[in-house]
Amino acid sequence: MEQTTRTSPVAHLTKALRSPVAFSVLAGVVIGALFLVGTGADPVAAYGAVLSGSLGADGIGSTLTTLTSVLGLALALAVPLRAGLINLGGDGQMVLGGMAAAVTGLYSPLPAPLTVVLALLAGMATGAGYAALAALCENRFGVPLLVSSLLLSYPAASFASYLARYPLKEPGSSLPQTRQLPDGVALPAFGSSTVTAGLLLVVVAAAAYWFTDRHTAVGYEMRMTGLNSRFAAYAGVERKGLTLRLMAVSGALAGLVGAIGVLSFPYRFLDGSLTASGYTWTGLTAALLAGAAPVGTVLASFFFAVLQVGGLSMERTTEVPRELTQVLQAIVIVFLAARLRFPRLRRKRSDKPVDDPVPQGSQSPQGSPDAQGSQDTQGELV
Amino acid sequence: MFFDSDLLMSALRALTPILLAALGGAICERAGVFNIGLEGMMLMGCFTAVATSWFTGSPWLGVLAAALASAAYSLILAVGAVTLRGDAVVLGIALNLLAVGLTSFLLRTVFGVQGTFDDPSLAGLPLVGGFSPLAYLAWAAVGVAALMLSRHVWGLRLRGVGEAPDAAATLGVSPVRYQYGAVLVSGVLCGLAGAQLALGNVTLFSENMTAGRGWIAVVAVMLGRALPLGVLLAALLFGLAEAAGFRLQGLGLPQQATDAAPYVVTLGALFLTTARRRRRPPPGSPSTPPSAPSSMSPSTGAVS
Repeated sequence: MEQTTRTSPVAHLTKALRSPVAFSVLAGVVIGALFLVGTGADPVAAYGAVLSGSLGADGIGSTLTTLTSVLGLALALAVPLRAGLINLGGDGQMVLGGMAAAVTGLYSPLPAPLTVVLALLAGMATGAGYAALAALCENRFGVPLLVSSLLLSYPAASFASYLARYPLKEPGSSLPQTRQLPDGVALPAFGSSTVTAGLLLVVVAAAAYWFTDRHTAVGYEMRMTGLNSRFAAYAGVERKGLTLRLMAVSGALAGLVGAIGVLSFPYRFLDGSLTASGYTWTGLTAALLAGAAPVGTVLASFFFAVLQVGGLSMERTTEVPRELTQVLQAIVIVFLAARLRFPRLRRKRSDKPVDDPVPQGSQSPQGSPDAQGSQDTQGELV
Repeated sequence: MFFDSDLLMSALRALTPILLAALGGAICERAGVFNIGLEGMMLMGCFTAVATSWFTGSPWLGVLAAALASAAYSLILAVGAVTLRGDAVVLGIALNLLAVGLTSFLLRTVFGVQGTFDDPSLAGLPLVGGFSPLAYLAWAAVGVAALMLSRHVWGLRLRGVGEAPDAAATLGVSPVRYQYGAVLVSGVLCGLAGAQLALGNVTLFSENMTAGRGWIAVVAVMLGRALPLGVLLAALLFGLAEAAGFRLQGLGLPQQATDAAPYVVTLGALFLTTARRRRRPPPGSPSTPPSAPSSMSPSTGAVS
């Protein structure tokens, strides 16, 4: 439904409606409605509550705050996904980034505004370094990135949790949290809302990703590797270096989200608060839904932020648990995954590629690295 | 004494769910379906086991229902990856996400609680000789799976399907049927793993209670090169790490350090085995672990 808001020629519209993305979102909404009927709720009222609760005057601030985290992590996962790599370690990278930002904010001797900048940079650098470690695991030791990034996430979360509970714990507090950052060490907020300059940072990151993807050689290499990694290698793309760089960028973005979280309310590192909402998985879902295309990732992130915030108001008005929105997200991806394919991720399935019912030509395994073609397909959301 | 029989006993208890799930993953791997959704299938098993045990009062019906429910859940992967030829990795991730959402949703609609459902009258599995009956079943399953894969015609055909689907099809073996079978078996085993976790190790259900064990099982499949005995060793390694973690916690190490131990040990083992494997002639790309080792009959003879 989000897809059709921008009116365009009828042909474009029908093509968009037939796309796997539109189909999957529609299927998710319909199955979600069945769930609602099953629990005795009125689907129209429930979905109405989702929309009014997230986009109305009361909810929009909350939606934009959620969007900051969801979009940041969606970008973090989209960047490697564009080249067919999946980074599942977003949680660990984000938490370490947040912890680095908290430590910098607490102990930096610089004036407050500079400390904020330094804390953001520290968060990004830490996230980047930790994600690069996962890339090294694949490059040097042959441990698949999917597995190494995820497994590394758990010790990172445990380590940050340890720091927040013991050495850096706020004295006298019963909560596992660090001290509050000094006055002024915070991202400026818009008016009295919870929306901070972090949203701007993430939007700038999205714009940078769009520009890189569209107009630079690196973006072309990424897309080419994602479409057909063997062709890309033949054409001179150095895979290991690309993996390392993309993972570093990915981790930097995840670390940025962590730093933004710490530099916004409650202005401290609170154990578990960054990961509790499952933004990493929501971000991954958004990036997958958009096929990692820049504009699509922004739209999909907004869609999921609306779902997540709207789920709360649905829970209030119709007493349907908000977890339903999580079910909805996953259903969308189940439907999409059955019809989408990323060549790099496929395993020994090259037996009958030509017969595959690929909806748009450029997504076929042979995928000519035709930049414009892939843009059309992957940016189907637009 | 740090390494004693108690440690081994608790390691054996900790490994049961991992072992059951990893066996399922190994069978899928052998049939050529990458199953990364073990975590989600286990979680569905956990919830079904607890819910059924609660409503019927019988933990055995809970185990049965968990196996059936996980098998039904695994059909999504079979249809998506085998019939529709979709992306198994993305499907598996989606199944894991769906299970977290669905079980939390059901926890609230069925039991009206959030977080954890824990009731003294909820019946758990009895212990036989210190272990739940499912633990013995898991050990037996290792032997059965090993014999099936190396001796029985079904196992040989399954491997043939995984290694050369076209050749298998030419010989009249339906790859689709064997792949469906493998995915369903993995669903049943993950359901049992979930039941063991929720009714054996403890007697409760809490949101996301698998907590990465399904992923560890995926790694155990890689570590064990999709061989039942290899998977057993890998799961034992995890169980030892978890048990040693608890022991160290008793000795004053913070809980966060021991929480991280199994993942670090697993990752370390993965480094060592892949690094060692790399020095030999390359057996294909590292992300496609199981080419049949030479100790077993060659795959060419497998399908005939």
